[in-house]
Amino acid sequence: MKIKKTLCLVLAMAMMLMLAACGDSDGKEKASDLKIGCIMLGDETEGYTAAHINGIKAAAEELGLSDNLVWKYKVDESSSCYDAAVDLVGQGCNIIFSNSYGHQTYMVQAAQEYPDVTFVAMTGDFAAICGLSNFKNAFTYVYESRYVSGVAAGMKLQELLADGTLSTETQPGSFDADGNVKIGYVGAYPYAEVVSGYTAFFLGLRSIVPNVVMEVEYTNSWFDIDKEGAAAESLIADGCVIIGQHADSTGAPAATQKLLDNGTICYSVGYNIDMRETAPSAALTSATNNWKVYYKHAMECMLNGTELEADWAAGYAQNAVAITELSNSCAAGTADKIAEVEAALKNGTLHVFDTNTFTVGGEKVTTASCDMSFMDWSIGEAIYKGETIEAIKDGYFSESTFRSAPYFQLRIDGITENAN
Amino acid sequence: MSNSQIKEPLMRVVKRDGARMREKVAARAAAILLALVLDALFIFFVTGQNPISVYGVMFQETFGTKSRCSWAMRDLVSLLCIGIALAPAFKMKFWNVGAEGQVLMGGLVTALIMVYFGNRLPMPVLFLVMLLTSVAIGAVWGLIPAFFKAKWKTNETLFTLMMNYVATSFVACAVNIMRGQASSLGKLNMGNRAGWFPSVFGQRYNINIIVVIILTFVMYFYLKYTKHGYEISVVGESENTARYAGINVAKVIMRTMAISGAISGLCGFLIVCGRDQTISTTTAGGNGFTAIIVAWLAKFNTFYMALIAFLLVFLQKGAAEIASAYGLNDYAASIITGIILFCILGSEFFINYKVIFRTGKGGKTA
Repeated sequence: MKIKKTLCLVLAMAMMLMLAACGDSDGKEKASDLKIGCIMLGDETEGYTAAHINGIKAAAEELGLSDNLVWKYKVDESSSCYDAAVDLVGQGCNIIFSNSYGHQTYMVQAAQEYPDVTFVAMTGDFAAICGLSNFKNAFTYVYESRYVSGVAAGMKLQELLADGTLSTETQPGSFDADGNVKIGYVGAYPYAEVVSGYTAFFLGLRSIVPNVVMEVEYTNSWFDIDKEGAAAESLIADGCVIIGQHADSTGAPAATQKLLDNGTICYSVGYNIDMRETAPSAALTSATNNWKVYYKHAMECMLNGTELEADWAAGYAQNAVAITELSNSCAAGTADKIAEVEAALKNGTLHVFDTNTFTVGGEKVTTASCDMSFMDWSIGEAIYKGETIEAIKDGYFSESTFRSAPYFQLRIDGITENAN
Repeated sequence: MSNSQIKEPLMRVVKRDGARMREKVAARAAAILLALVLDALFIFFVTGQNPISVYGVMFQETFGTKSRCSWAMRDLVSLLCIGIALAPAFKMKFWNVGAEGQVLMGGLVTALIMVYFGNRLPMPVLFLVMLLTSVAIGAVWGLIPAFFKAKWKTNETLFTLMMNYVATSFVACAVNIMRGQASSLGKLNMGNRAGWFPSVFGQRYNINIIVVIILTFVMYFYLKYTKHGYEISVVGESENTARYAGINVAKVIMRTMAISGAISGLCGFLIVCGRDQTISTTTAGGNGFTAIIVAWLAKFNTFYMALIAFLLVFLQKGAAEIASAYGLNDYAASIITGIILFCILGSEFFINYKVIFRTGKGGKTA
C-alpha cells in the first residue's frame, strides 16, 4: 500500500515537472542554407498532392536544393497544420509551403508568430489583404487549361456528330428538346474555383460545338472515388456524352470507361493526372497545373533575397498550366487545334471569359463586381476587408488577376447545376 | 481411475489472487521491455536502421524541442481527460464507448457559442457560458443511455456507440452551415480571437494541462474516498449486493454517467478553446476509444492513467515521425504501437493468472 502511494506521488510530481521542463531549449537552429518546409495534404498516392510534390522536387533539383527539403505528409486542414508549420520553423526552415486551401487559416497563425519565416498557402485567398508581409498565396490560371481541355473534348464531340456515331437515332437521350448535345461535369463544391473551372471547360467545348448544354453534379468532397463515380454514372445515364471533372480522384473516368465498354457513347476529361491508366479508351486528356513554375520562382526569390509577391498567378504564358498528352481516342486534328488555342492564350488574343461568348439570364454581361474580402461566413463578417473590384474589363472577365484564387461566380446560360 | 492415469497437461493456467505490487510492476516492466525488443527487430528488418538510434529519433521527435514537448503534453492531457471521464463509468461496469460523441457534443456547443456570442459577451462570461453548456450537453449525452439502461435494461454498449454517430452527424451538419461559401471551416473567430484560451505561464496549452491535472486528483479522490465512489464499485461488483445494501442502483447509474459525460463534454470545451479553435468531426480524433484502453490498463487509477496516456502519446507521435523520417507509411507506425499494446495487455494476463508447468509429480504445485 505504501509503495502504491509513493508511486502515485512520484507520478504526480513527474507530471508537474513535465510542465516546467517544457520551457527549455528550442530547437531553432540557424540553417546555413535555404531550408524549405513542405506541408502536404496527402502523399504521392493522391493526384493533387502528387502534382505538388513533383513540382517542388523538380524546382529544387534545378536549383540544387534537393537536400534542403523537409516534408510533412498527410497533414489535415486542422490544427495539425499549425503544429507542422511551427515544427518546420523549429527545424530551421526559411520558407514553408502548404498545398491545400484549408491550410491557410493555420498557416497565417504561424505566420503571425514567426515574422522571419515566409509562409506560402497555395490556393489561398487573403495574403494580399491580411497585412502580413511574410504570408503569401499562389495559384495558376488553371481555367486556361480547362478551356483547352474543353476544346479537345469539343473536337471529339464534333467528330462523333460528323461521322454519325452520335445522332438522335443512335443515342436519343443525349439530345435535349432543342437538339442541343448534353455534356456533364463532376464538381467538388459549388465554389468560385469550381464554377470558374467548369465554365471555362464549357466555353472551350462550345467554341467547337456551338449547340451544347452542360449539367454539373456536385459531390461535396474534393476526393471521393465512389461519389465521383456515381455522379459520372448518373450524368451518363442522363445522356451526357462528355464528362469533365473538378474533383481529385479517378472515380469519374473509371465509371465512364465502364459505360463506354458497355456500349454507351461517353468520354472523359480528367484533372491533375493523365487518366489513360484508369480509362484507356474513354480518357481524352486532363487539365493540369505545372506547379514547378511557381515553386521555382519562390525558391529563387528566397535565394536572391528578393521579395516574393503576396499573390502570384500565371497561366500558359509562363507554362504554369497544361493539358496531359492527348489520348488515341482524341479526334484527328485535335493537336493542331490545341496548339492554335494555346498560342492564342499565350499571346493574349484569346480570353477565356470573353463576354461575347456567353450570356447570363439571356443578356450579355457588362459588369461584375467582386468583393475580395475574406469572410467569416459563420457570422457573415469580413475577417480581412478587401476591395470590391470590377472584374469585366476590355470585354472579358479578368479571372485571377486581382487575386490569384478564382472569383468567377457567374452562372452562365447553358449550364445547370444539380443541387445535392 | 487413479490419479496417476490422468495425463497431466504440459502447462496449465491458474487464477492468481492479488499479485503483489512488486510482481505487478515487474510484469509490466518486462512487457514494455519485450515490446521494445520486438519493435527493435521490426524496425531493423524494415528500415535496416540501428533500432537504438531510431528510438532516439522517436524521443527527439516527441520531446526534442520546446514546442514538441508542449504538444506532447497537450495531447497527453486530451487523452487523459477522456480516460478520467471514462473511469467512473467503467468502474461501475457500464461500458461507455460513447466518449467520442460526448466530447464532440461538448466541443460543438463550445464552438457554436464561440461563434455566435463571441462578439456579444465579455470574455469571462463567454468562457463561463461555454464551460457550463459544454459540461451540460456532455452530461445529457451520457445520461440518455444511462436512463434507458436504468429503466429498461437496454444495452449500453450499443446505445453509447450509436450516440457517437448522432453526435458526428450533428457536428458535420453544423460545420456545413458555419463554413458558408468557404470550402473549409478553418479557425473560428480569426478576427477577434474571442473564446481562444490565452497563454498562461508562457505556454499556450497550460490551461488545458492544469485543468486536467486538477481533474486527475479530484477523480482519484472521488473514486477512492467518497461515498459515491464506494457506491460505484459496489454497483460494479454486483447490482444485487448494491440493492441489498440499500443503494439506489438506477440513481447511481444515471449520476455516474452524467459525471462521465460531463467530463467528456468538458474535454470537448478544452479541445476547442485551448487546442483547435475550430470544430470538425475529427475533433475527438478517436481518443474517445483510445481512452478506453487507458482507463482499463490503469485499473481506473487516474495516476496510472497519466503514465499510460504518456506512453501512448509518445508511441503515436514517435511512431508517426519515424514512419515519415524513414519513408514508411502510417501502417508501420500502427504496427509499432500495436506491438507495445499487445505486450502490455499480455502482461495483464500474467498478473491475473499464473502458468504452472508439469513437474512430474501431479498436483504438487496446485
